[in-house]
Amino acid sequence: MVTETGNITAETAVKGTRTMVLNMGPQHPSTHGVLRLLLELDGETLLKAIPDIGFLHTGIEKEFEVKTYQQGVTLTDRIDYLAPLSNNLTYCLAAEKLLGLEIPEHAQWMRVMLTELTRLNSNLVWLATHAIDIGAMSVFLYCFREREEILRIFEMFSGQRMMTSYFRIGGLALPAPRGWQKRVKDFVDIFPERIDQYENLLTNNNIWIGRTKGVGYISLEDMLDLGVTGPMLRAAGLKIDARKDSPYSSYEKFDFEVPTRTENDVYARYLLRVEEMRQSTRIIRQALEGMPSGSHQADAPGIVVPDREKMKTQMESLIYHFKIVTEGFRVPEGEVYQAVESPRGEVGCYMVSDGTQKPFRVHWRGPSFGNLQCTSKLIEGTLIADVIAALGSMDFVLGDTDR
Amino acid sequence: MIPEALTQDPIVAALADVATTAKFEFNELTVEIEPSKIVEAVGRVKRQLGFERLTSVTGVDRFPAEPRFEVVYHLQSIAGKKRLRLKARVSGEIDSVTAIYSGADWYERETFDLFGIRFLNHPDLRRIMMPEEWEGHPLRKDYPITGTRY
Repeated sequence: MVTETGNITAETAVKGTRTMVLNMGPQHPSTHGVLRLLLELDGETLLKAIPDIGFLHTGIEKEFEVKTYQQGVTLTDRIDYLAPLSNNLTYCLAAEKLLGLEIPEHAQWMRVMLTELTRLNSNLVWLATHAIDIGAMSVFLYCFREREEILRIFEMFSGQRMMTSYFRIGGLALPAPRGWQKRVKDFVDIFPERIDQYENLLTNNNIWIGRTKGVGYISLEDMLDLGVTGPMLRAAGLKIDARKDSPYSSYEKFDFEVPTRTENDVYARYLLRVEEMRQSTRIIRQALEGMPSGSHQADAPGIVVPDREKMKTQMESLIYHFKIVTEGFRVPEGEVYQAVESPRGEVGCYMVSDGTQKPFRVHWRGPSFGNLQCTSKLIEGTLIADVIAALGSMDFVLGDTDR
Repeated sequence: MIPEALTQDPIVAALADVATTAKFEFNELTVEIEPSKIVEAVGRVKRQLGFERLTSVTGVDRFPAEPRFEVVYHLQSIAGKKRLRLKARVSGEIDSVTAIYSGADWYERETFDLFGIRFLNHPDLRRIMMPEEWEGHPLRKDYPITGTRY
């Protein structure tokens, strides 16, 4: 963390101009969490920006090492709290790769459907808060209306609205609840119309265009060099999406487009994410209509907790249950890296196993951490009002950055 | 020693003179690099092999083995749809790759902060997660899991 503004003031003294150093955050509403920015201003023009992170560091990577593999799932929700299921998926896929587990189709499709609902959830929160930062209050209320419906669906599946931990190593935590089809169908039927509503409020709105068009430009080369991923790159014209490039959890069976734009500004990132919401709705509809039947968990005794009914009649099941709950399961030695396309970009899990019941090391490559590195390049030289718009367009979550 | 089966692999072949060993497991290629040659190796991976992105840099503490740390680099080639993992075994110091990928900056700071691995020639090697006056490096295996400090 930066405790002094030494670098900034020394440089200013040489130049001999009168500039002001402004501290923005960590409690500034437009930083969506606890990001601190040191801004050096000449009038309203931003000369230098130093991002300062770490206020939300909770040692999650250390904590993985003292929890069994299955317990670790609950930690992943709390990393990127706006896309908990994308994180669950990354972690589970990494562990399943090490274990060599085959997941039944039904569970894979269910995972795809819920991950896409998570993407909608996250993009809705992004749109709502991004709009309110720029001054469009009403969009916030509309977005949260739909988000509420998604959270109710999550609650129906897992009993939890946000920290669902619904994906487990080996499949899903619970079988799908009765009546889920109707609930999801009702949502998918109404949602495209709702996206039109948001677009009505913003896309041709003069104030919105004035605040976002041509703002927050950064070249594609710089972004690649700085490790930016996800919608930021796609808004600059690069078609990069882990769902297409290295399909996981049977994404290859779904028909969807990866939208790209070329303008590479805040407005383009807005249009892109709106289009992504439409594509996610398409995926959810396909998953809903073609959902294969089958088990929600892999047939892997010793890893997956046995059925409650079987435990009452079969001794083996009872023993497995006891062993899984008390000491966990052993994972073969090795190391894997699993990348998943989260709403913010590439979330990666580097998992090292030493053959015991607890991971030897889990490194979490959060998309927000990579994306935030371009902050200085993105906002230096712009006006202070544009800083808010540009930061919002990055869509970062500080829990994901600091872990 | 590089295993016989991998010597024909174009990536391994390009890194043959700086690599100490390589393996292909779980459909992922890992090449272990001589620590003093890491900048050379990463530079070659970017310029010759076309890996546009450095995904992350992190560490693994193999305490009490010596040298105790592994520095792990994940790279991605977007055009080639390939991923690569480079590793270097160090006891506490390694050259920074920020001159090749600027994005390594924060990842190396994080690894320095949490493992105490020093990255030489890094432009701004400060703690990033923990407070500046913090003692110790939390992700080391000999760092206590519980304690009274807050």
